[in-house]
Amino acid sequence: MKGFLGIDVGSVSINIVIIDTEGEVIDKIYLRTKGQPIDVVQRGMRELSKKVPDDLEIAGVGTTGSGRNLIGVVVGADTVKNEITAHAVASSHIVPDVQTVLEIGGQDSKITILRNGIVVDFAMNTVCAAGTGSFLDQQASRLGVPIEEFGDLALKSENKVRIAGRCSVFAESDMIHKQQMGHSLEDIIAGLCEALVRNYLNNVGQGKEILAPVVFQGGVAANVGIKKAFEEALETEVVIPTHYNVMGAIGAALLAKDKVTSKEVETNFKGWQITELEYTPTSFECEGCSNLCEVIEMEMDGELISRWGYKCNKWDIV
Amino acid sequence: MKITFPYMGTSNIVFKSIMEQLGHEVVVHKPSDRTLDLGTEYSPEFACIPFKILLGTFIEGLQDGADLIVTSGGKGPCRAGHYGQIQTDILEGLGYEFDMVIFEAITDSFKDFFGNIRKIAGPGPSWWSIFKLIKKEWNRLKALDDIERLSHKVRPRELERRATTKAFEEAQEIIAAAETEEEIEKAKEKGIELLKSVPQNEDYEPLKIGIIGEIYVVLEPFANFELEETLGEMGVEVDRSIYLTGWTKEHSFFSLHSEDKVEKAAEPYLDQLIGGHGQESVGNTVLYAENGFDGVIQLAPFTCIPEIVAKSILPKVSRDKDIPFLTIFIDEKTGKAGVSTRLEAFVDLLIQKRDKAREKIS
Repeated sequence: MKGFLGIDVGSVSINIVIIDTEGEVIDKIYLRTKGQPIDVVQRGMRELSKKVPDDLEIAGVGTTGSGRNLIGVVVGADTVKNEITAHAVASSHIVPDVQTVLEIGGQDSKITILRNGIVVDFAMNTVCAAGTGSFLDQQASRLGVPIEEFGDLALKSENKVRIAGRCSVFAESDMIHKQQMGHSLEDIIAGLCEALVRNYLNNVGQGKEILAPVVFQGGVAANVGIKKAFEEALETEVVIPTHYNVMGAIGAALLAKDKVTSKEVETNFKGWQITELEYTPTSFECEGCSNLCEVIEMEMDGELISRWGYKCNKWDIV
Repeated sequence: MKITFPYMGTSNIVFKSIMEQLGHEVVVHKPSDRTLDLGTEYSPEFACIPFKILLGTFIEGLQDGADLIVTSGGKGPCRAGHYGQIQTDILEGLGYEFDMVIFEAITDSFKDFFGNIRKIAGPGPSWWSIFKLIKKEWNRLKALDDIERLSHKVRPRELERRATTKAFEEAQEIIAAAETEEEIEKAKEKGIELLKSVPQNEDYEPLKIGIIGEIYVVLEPFANFELEETLGEMGVEVDRSIYLTGWTKEHSFFSLHSEDKVEKAAEPYLDQLIGGHGQESVGNTVLYAENGFDGVIQLAPFTCIPEIVAKSILPKVSRDKDIPFLTIFIDEKTGKAGVSTRLEAFVDLLIQKRDKAREKIS
């Protein structure tokens, strides 16, 4: 049996999935990055390798997310793709006629517009991260509410309050202010959900033609309060896919599957044993010219396997 | 005198040459992270990134002993028109002693324009010799622009990574070293030859992307994360809507009444000047769409009003003319990784769109 591995190395979480030849998810794993992408990927793969059927052969590997290049080298990726494309590929695979993808992750939020199955426009937050997962996490812990229950509480609100959601710091001040005024926790949380959605639509969604079907994915899609706020603002139903929090990884796996199948090539996958090897990245500043490139080197069990981050050919490994 | 001026792409070669032939010493650094750090430290927080890089450039020049800053002004609803005055104020506050010459459009005041030239040239040289010098250097600028345009066509087709950039750098050195008009012409031909001899994949059909936006972030690679080089190495042919030779033509005595195609193209969407390059950004998007380009990238300094206005008009142009666009706002906090992610995704989008269009035809 053939399987394809997809790894999404994000700022907050690392998601790994295995899909079959039909693109169905066989297994998935969701872990916190905690600033140690290599260790976490190795740990995740070790766990997955114990669960997968013995006859499963990995026929392709794809990586995505901000750590895609780093982990691509570690696992021997067949495709290394940006997360915008990977997310779009996954949504249109799961909801084929999707026209809008709302995606809110740990530190970024994006919107992707598709027509007839292809991406025609996208935007990603540039100068503001208010309303992303990290901020919700922080507010949940400040209010002493487990993040898992955050959205359910919002649904209980009967009279949501208006929160200034333009900037996460000001949103926090405003929430504290509303607490001091005596508003209920439910109303404040519901107000926050609405403010974040408003900010998202005015910021990344500005100028975009949002048509149904609308898919909402990324870690924040777990929050039913945000889902409801989106539905109210867009006046349409919002679909949350079953594997909403690992869509990037699914997209990466689909892209790898396409590549090895269409080009009939063998995978570069280095095998499950990579979980037992030691990878050591180091970096230095090249002083060869005024570019001062930050060169990154990757060693595998003491042997140099890759270098990147430079502009000329000086550091190519021959 | 020891002179410093804004460093903007290859134009520094020409400005340096003019100043040196007028007997001045030139101190100007290619902008670096240090330049931006210095500029950011002493600029108002919400000033745009060109302001910050220029201020940093001037500080570096003054630290190296410059006593005259030559810069450009402007008018209309873009803050660049007041850069010079505000930068003078900031630099004087920091204790530097210097003179600043600000060139406004010649159409504003002939007297000021030629007065400024005389101030830099000193009492010695005749107007005729100054005119000849400017004419020669104008040809050098044109040669540099021609070479750069060609490099954008060669780079996506190159077989060896960075071969085009190397040839382009060599060509710049040859053009910089030329002393007479004849030599400049020969140097240009040599440069063209160098670029043409880069081994290329002749059958490759690259995507074509037009670059629009604010002049400084479009022209200076440091300000735009070497966008043209990055796209070229991703296999994309780029065309830049702004070249200094084009801009100077519209703003100086080389052609006072040039018919403005770009303005006309923008008219149905934006029928007036809004400062900076706002109207050009809209007009050029129309022209790129009509000329078969696959997409447009808008480069805009964060908080730049003219480009914000243009950006809010572009979705309509994009729909009408079926041309995708991507806006990249730049400030000192913009990270290169984020820009590459967006560029990659944008290129993916354009490839998919092109493939789909071809399916329909065949």
